[in-house]
Amino acid sequence: MASASDCISQTGPGLKERNYFGFSDCSSVDRSTVSSAHLESKNNMNMKATELRLGLPGSQSPERDSDFSLLNSVKLDEKPLFPLAPSKDRICTLSQKTVASGNKRGFDDTVDGFSESKTTNFSEGNWMFNATGSDPGQAKLAGNVISIRPSGTQLAIKSEVPAKTLQESTNKIIGTNTANAPAAKAQVVGWPPIRSFRKNSLVTTSKTNDEVDGKPGPGALFVKVSMDGAPYLRKVDLRMYSAYKELSSALEKMFSCFTIGQCGPQGAPTRKMLSESKLRDLLHGSEYVLTYEDKDGDWMLVGDVPWEMFIASCKKLKIMKGSDAIGLGSSSYQVLLHFKAKKSLMYPCFVWDLAVYQCFYKESFRPDYGSDVPECFVLMSDISFICLLAFSCVFLECLLRLRLYLLFILNLDFLVEAQ
Amino acid sequence: MAYSFPEEVLEHVFSFLSSARDRNTVSLVCKSWYEIERWCRHRIFVGNCYAVSPEIVIRRFPELRAVEMKGKPHFADFNLVPEGWGAYAYPWIAAMAEAYPFLEEIKLKRMVVTDETLELISKSYKNFKVLVLTSCEGFTTDGLASIAANCRHLRELDLRESEVEDLSGNWLSDFPDSCTSLVSLNMSCLGSEVSFSALERLVARSPDLRTLRLNRAVPLEKLANLVRHAPQLVELGTGAYSAEIRSDTFSSLADAFSACKQLKALSGFWDVVPSYLPAVYSVCSGITSLNLSYAAIPSSDLVKLISQCQNLQRLWVLDYIEDSGLEALAASCKDLQELRVFPSDPFGAEPNVSLTEQGLVSVSEGCPKLESVLYFCRQMSNAALIAIAKNRPNFIRFRLCIIEPQAADYLTLEPLDTGFGAIVENCKELRRLSMSGLLTDRVFKYIGTHAKKLEMLSIAFAGESDFGLHHVLSGCDSLRKLEIRDCPFGDKALLANAEKLETMRSLWMSSCSVSFGACKLLAQKMPRLNVEVIDERGPPDSRPESCSVERVYVYRTVASRQRLDMPDFVWTLEEDSSMRYALYVLEALVLFQRWFACLLQFRWKLGTLPLKQEENWLELLKMSTIFTLAELSFTNKDAIFNVIFIRLWE
Repeated sequence: MASASDCISQTGPGLKERNYFGFSDCSSVDRSTVSSAHLESKNNMNMKATELRLGLPGSQSPERDSDFSLLNSVKLDEKPLFPLAPSKDRICTLSQKTVASGNKRGFDDTVDGFSESKTTNFSEGNWMFNATGSDPGQAKLAGNVISIRPSGTQLAIKSEVPAKTLQESTNKIIGTNTANAPAAKAQVVGWPPIRSFRKNSLVTTSKTNDEVDGKPGPGALFVKVSMDGAPYLRKVDLRMYSAYKELSSALEKMFSCFTIGQCGPQGAPTRKMLSESKLRDLLHGSEYVLTYEDKDGDWMLVGDVPWEMFIASCKKLKIMKGSDAIGLGSSSYQVLLHFKAKKSLMYPCFVWDLAVYQCFYKESFRPDYGSDVPECFVLMSDISFICLLAFSCVFLECLLRLRLYLLFILNLDFLVEAQ
Repeated sequence: MAYSFPEEVLEHVFSFLSSARDRNTVSLVCKSWYEIERWCRHRIFVGNCYAVSPEIVIRRFPELRAVEMKGKPHFADFNLVPEGWGAYAYPWIAAMAEAYPFLEEIKLKRMVVTDETLELISKSYKNFKVLVLTSCEGFTTDGLASIAANCRHLRELDLRESEVEDLSGNWLSDFPDSCTSLVSLNMSCLGSEVSFSALERLVARSPDLRTLRLNRAVPLEKLANLVRHAPQLVELGTGAYSAEIRSDTFSSLADAFSACKQLKALSGFWDVVPSYLPAVYSVCSGITSLNLSYAAIPSSDLVKLISQCQNLQRLWVLDYIEDSGLEALAASCKDLQELRVFPSDPFGAEPNVSLTEQGLVSVSEGCPKLESVLYFCRQMSNAALIAIAKNRPNFIRFRLCIIEPQAADYLTLEPLDTGFGAIVENCKELRRLSMSGLLTDRVFKYIGTHAKKLEMLSIAFAGESDFGLHHVLSGCDSLRKLEIRDCPFGDKALLANAEKLETMRSLWMSSCSVSFGACKLLAQKMPRLNVEVIDERGPPDSRPESCSVERVYVYRTVASRQRLDMPDFVWTLEEDSSMRYALYVLEALVLFQRWFACLLQFRWKLGTLPLKQEENWLELLKMSTIFTLAELSFTNKDAIFNVIFIRLWE
């Protein structure tokens, strides 16, 4: 509870600031400001990873938002320094891709890192586990951030020189970043050499243990992704992502070729706007919704449970036509909460207490961005409504701080049923 | 002499040769043997589906009945081959559907099999009997349904570790009621529930059923019923092996098992509840193969189970067995030939069980017939490896994975060179070797010197320089498959041993330091090799030629070097036609020079050389030295070409 309100108070100002800037969608910058300003408040960062967010899936533009590691957020922190913002954005996505697909560059540099400084590399390897765990990692964490920083400044300097050199230097920097990133080391693709088939069943056999321990195993967890109208399936490793929006941006990249044509009618977007509208179209517009099959075989909307729970229960992903997805989820007797807000304010504000989103489990949560102003419908059961009331002081405070407009539309059916 | 034998006699003699390699040798004896052999060859094995085209196979072997084929490289198992790389079964099946209407057997490994392919199989072959798909992907249960519905004589349907998309569990009910020929059914890889009544009916009406491997969704309560229907089973894979502890469930299961007198192999045991394991004790004395690699059984229960299986020959198990369990195994199972120990938590930072190198040492001491090992552990020492090598010189397959890459001998902190060196030195028959841990170039020298029968070698995170690869390629005479990842091996070793690659089936190198330029040279030098550059960063010629490629896959092929189904991250190196022409010219000139030199010597000896043209001869001799140079440094031929062309044509 305390940490939650803590987080709110820190997030609040940043968000206001953002609003004055008038950027449409740059919450990552806010977050990184918060993270660099309060490195000590790492707990909050971790909270965020597990927090239930409105606007999932893919609520934020993946190009700009990559807070999946501190590394990137630090880099993003320096955004104002860069005259060449677009290319830097590409770096972020590139490095993201490197980590995500774990392709060769990652290896090479990891191995280089090995030979150059074996000991430091090992300690960094430990760092990752600590960071996700508890306090002891904190000191090292800060150390790591500092060690990354020079590469960022180097980039800033280089950004003045011609594009080709920049390209090279960015390549180099991506390399070093990946080498420094403990994630790359921990996720050497294909090592130890265990067949993906066995690995998948390992994940499922050890799932019971995981739930007891309360932490998911770091092994790969491949699920298939299909899309209405796409001729082939893809597979994604859910463990590569640490939040919904990373997943959604990855999916957006994978399936974007099928949606480009479909974003035309939405009003002719300029070339620059294309990616954004495409994204919206793909994952949270009315056109397509991302759904998943949970372990009980029910099709649910992605985003209805915290990420960890989602990983544990997701068997398959499907990008459905929005019209087909209506009626998914088991939410027929709910309280309807209707939030209206400026869209940049939407996402980080929902710092629910854990107890609330436990209650969300199995209930449906459906973001819907039909028009310019995003609207979120949070569908909850009566129990979670009661929980919500219990925490409403915090909740309302949060909303007020963020200048959200809150409308309760009560569907009283459940009360009737209860009686 | 050969002509005096009637063809039928030779055909009959050839029919006793079961190995494809022997038959290949036979077909090389003479033209008539070649003809006879090709008409009576009924089964072929294609180790790489891109090494030959369906047309060539069909042209040569008109009477095939059984085809076994492999697709993707082995490292595809570990996600090192990008999705969509290729190895599609459809072109093969489509071509064979016309050529071999009486095909009976198809076995595919690591190939992409679509529902369409399965449907084609089910409809094209009149007398289709065996379908084995190992580690295949791309199909759904709908495809299986068409196999079930249309293949009236199906004897074997084995899906091994394929990735099947489960659309419904009803495909089993598509087996017609007249289908009673089933001998083997392995559906352990399927995820969804199958229609249990259909399964039960199918089992009940298949009197010849010998192998039945269920999937995890078949609950333990149903197992007793199934087993009761098929007491003739030889291999059984159970489904989930967990249920509430109830004495009647247990006793019915134990009764059902005790009726299976011929049972030899057990597998499955997903989600096992150890207290149900004693139900199988009654058949344990006959068990020779036990696959518990999906069963998380605590060491104590494992020991109890294994000590019942005195005749065990093959054991696959998770590392929950621990050192103590392996000791018990060594004490009780004297016939053990194959042991695989898989990690239960391969990605954890800390060991979750006490399994060390000691377990393997004790098994190597206690089991005299042990010849095949796959062992995952977290620590290893040279001393242990030497002891293992001394204990068991009869290893044929030795695969050791130390989970942490580049882990040194944990006692001495030295590389594991001497340990692996001892393995290759002592195990003269070693055919398969996988290495891990901290290794320098020395170990590759040992391998090149001693491992003369080695056929497949897997290397990861090892070596220091090109010499490592050079020792292997130049030393291992029988090497057929070599797979390398994350090693500092590069162009020199590859180009210096280019001829060797043509004698091998394939070479895989990922995250090594092979440059695109070297790949090009290799492709030019060896026209029968297909050099595939697999790079997801974009076209390799957009980067400097000295830049390392992500992955390179080299294999010999008699099919066209340009395969038609290449995705956009694969580049086969097309022969540069002008370069090719230049090479021909060069070769011709070298030949000419040699011939001319001979002629010179000859005429010199005869004394017929006209001395007045001495200057011309000298000129020619100068040129011949250039040619010799060109011959020597083939790899630098760009430079040489310039010299030659300038000299000759300007």
